[in-house]
Amino acid sequence: MSVDVQERPGAASPKRKRPVWKRPLAVARKWWGQLTSMRTALILLFALAVGAIPGSILPQRTVNVENVNKYFAENPGLAKFLDHLWMFDVYAAPWFAAVYGLLFISLIGCLVPRLREHFDALRRRPPDAPARLDLMPENASWADDAAEGADVVDRLRTLLRSRRYRTVVREHADGTVTLSAEKGYLRETGNLVFHFALVGLLIGVAFGALFGWHGNRVLGEGPDNAFCNNLQQYDDYGLGPNVSPAELPKFCIELASFKADYLDNGQPIQYSAELLYGEGGGMPDETFHLEVNEPLRLDGNNVYLLGHGYVPIIEFTDQYGNVQTSNTPFLAMNPSMLSEGVAIFPDANITPDGVRDKTKQVAFEGMFMPTAPEEPPYTSSLFPEPNNPAVMLFPYVGDTGLDRGKPGSVYALDRQQVASGALQAEGEGFLLRMGESKAVAGGTVTFKELQQYAVLQTRSDPGEGIVLWSSVALLAGLLPSLLVKRRRVWFRVKGNDVTAGGLPRTENQTFAAEFGELVAKAKES
Amino acid sequence: MPDVDATLANTADKLFVATIVFYAVAMLGYALEYAFGRKAAAVAGARSKVLAGAGGPDHAETSDVDDGEDGHVDERAERLGITMNQANRAGVVALWLTWIGAALHLSCLVLRAWSVGRVPWGNMYEFIIAVCLVGVGTWLVVVATGLAARRLGLFTTLVAILLLGTATRLYTEAAPLVPALNSYWIAIHVTAAVLASGIFMVGFVPAALQIIRRRYDQVEGSGRKPRFPITLGERLPAVENLERLVFKLHVFAFPLWTFGVIAGAVWAERAWGRYWGWDPKEIWSFIAWVVYAAYLHARATGPGGRKLAPWIVVLGWVTMIINLFGVNLVVSGLHSYAGV
Repeated sequence: MSVDVQERPGAASPKRKRPVWKRPLAVARKWWGQLTSMRTALILLFALAVGAIPGSILPQRTVNVENVNKYFAENPGLAKFLDHLWMFDVYAAPWFAAVYGLLFISLIGCLVPRLREHFDALRRRPPDAPARLDLMPENASWADDAAEGADVVDRLRTLLRSRRYRTVVREHADGTVTLSAEKGYLRETGNLVFHFALVGLLIGVAFGALFGWHGNRVLGEGPDNAFCNNLQQYDDYGLGPNVSPAELPKFCIELASFKADYLDNGQPIQYSAELLYGEGGGMPDETFHLEVNEPLRLDGNNVYLLGHGYVPIIEFTDQYGNVQTSNTPFLAMNPSMLSEGVAIFPDANITPDGVRDKTKQVAFEGMFMPTAPEEPPYTSSLFPEPNNPAVMLFPYVGDTGLDRGKPGSVYALDRQQVASGALQAEGEGFLLRMGESKAVAGGTVTFKELQQYAVLQTRSDPGEGIVLWSSVALLAGLLPSLLVKRRRVWFRVKGNDVTAGGLPRTENQTFAAEFGELVAKAKES
Repeated sequence: MPDVDATLANTADKLFVATIVFYAVAMLGYALEYAFGRKAAAVAGARSKVLAGAGGPDHAETSDVDDGEDGHVDERAERLGITMNQANRAGVVALWLTWIGAALHLSCLVLRAWSVGRVPWGNMYEFIIAVCLVGVGTWLVVVATGLAARRLGLFTTLVAILLLGTATRLYTEAAPLVPALNSYWIAIHVTAAVLASGIFMVGFVPAALQIIRRRYDQVEGSGRKPRFPITLGERLPAVENLERLVFKLHVFAFPLWTFGVIAGAVWAERAWGRYWGWDPKEIWSFIAWVVYAAYLHARATGPGGRKLAPWIVVLGWVTMIINLFGVNLVVSGLHSYAGV
């Protein structure tokens, strides 16, 4: 990707028969030349852009697994086919990696020789004036009858140096003195810094992916719900290949309280969670005021506030008088916090002698409304704050499937159990406002009280620093690589005759003016 | 609960309408100048040369800025009863109207910011207004510094009006920010995005014109009769001048966009816990960045690349539009706020 300094002289070797053993080398060299050419880089850039598109159209596992599952449920055939093409993990797909891998190989293959060349150029003095300065894009000649050659050259040299040109004066045997000047080296320096910063960025991303980890946790209010950092405590988590669960830092977090503020039209303006936390295995006794843009920065990982919702506390008293409580978070479905969830009582109706009847477990599918309408239909919430909380419950009796040891969502009923008839709907749904009870399924269900939860994410990405500093270098390199112009100026003085030539080595619209001004200054004195 | 000053917000809405009106009238003025202004003479001369069998038209104009005029009269203009002088005066008035429009535009944003006590780009409606302001402002600077002819304001105001018109469909009441946006990073990240988008918008215009002009030269050169919209090429500046302008604008916009994306990543780390998560907005920002990077590389790939370059710019602007409308309205992601 040599940008604008002239092309390297091609290896134009005369046609002759190479020894057989050298042929594969020649082919390899040819392909390497192809790969590191700018045209290839351009094609790869486009391929990268096009390759990134599907990730914005199809649901991605790394972003939202549930949407992917939904897609599978809606288009089973197509989803299976797309999955073969990694379309739900575009940015982890081998073909995506191939594109950026080739791009980076092409980049490095182009950068390394350029780095060497530029390093040489930085040490080399500007080359001597070409024989015919009048062939340069900018040129001038005049007779300076005032001064001797050396004086003119000294003057010009001072002038050019004050303009931060790198200069060199050469005296030739025939009495000619030439002055060569060049500036704008920063352009190539910046360009190299920019492109190497891209490589650094990729390394940082890879490092973070290998050594980073994260976990999401829906955390209800109160000490009973507090959790400590270990994988079983997370609703979902991701662990880099080089992280073992035992290495995770030790800390515990409790949500003391959660508060959301809204405008009258229901738009949220502030979420804040009061946390208690303890590091290094200590009790959670330090406080932190967590907000959306104010993460808790712990040693080696951070805690973020990602979302919130309600936990209707639902109590079920079975026919034997045993009381059980469900405090499952209900997941918000829309901005007015209409939320879905379940209350499952797998221990309902265990006989006083301890006999468990799998056909008599009780469960409720629920719809929670923080501000329920006064009249039916109870299908929406009027406001996100709990001004009139109520929960619509749909009772089920049978085997909830919880004892089967099969992992499943804690936010929904086991659909297989419902489909197989093992878990059956028991009558109509009904509305319970807070504090109300209703007799159902041989017992009594009560909407006891309301708590809130916060969705927290803990995350550690050790590659972040590399990525950040690479980005800074990237910007710092980008500006000079676009704005600085490389150019050369020569003056040749022979007796009274002065000739000047100028060569803009990069696209430069102001060079003619600059050269004209230099020449005018040179003539002046 | 923070209050919204309704009077100020209402005034801002009225200023928004006034801005569009001013730009629309200005566009009319530019159109008059474009069609019947002083370039007509030069074009008429060039055409007669073609008819005389002199080969292609001569486009060796060195400066983009119109200077001097020679009393040629355009037949079409005569038929309409518009003299060249009148047309040129229409252009002058149009430029003034654009300046006034831009001032109203700016006041609209300032009042809106004042009414809610925050930066005026907290939702898509405000974002588009701000992008258009940057676009028009950039254009005025371009014209004032002599980088482009006044009459080309026709196309810039057209793009600005179209975009502002779309904004009316996305009108959002002035309101405080949603929690995720409530950070000083909005002043950094979104400002950079607004500036870059505005300049990309203005950069798109001469790139599209460059394509038209080149096609026009080809068609004219081969002796065929061009059809709309290629006929527009008749009064466009030379390809080289347009190309230089396109490059200048993108040299400004690309680092700004790069900075905007980086600032966005830093903010994303604070708000969402990760600096990059392939959210749809992030994906399309990345795609736009790659496309504009390809533009800069294409210009350095010889004549073939240079020919391709304006097309890449057009493609780049398409990705920006997809990022703005497609991502906010069709796909849902973390960048969806207040309904949009």
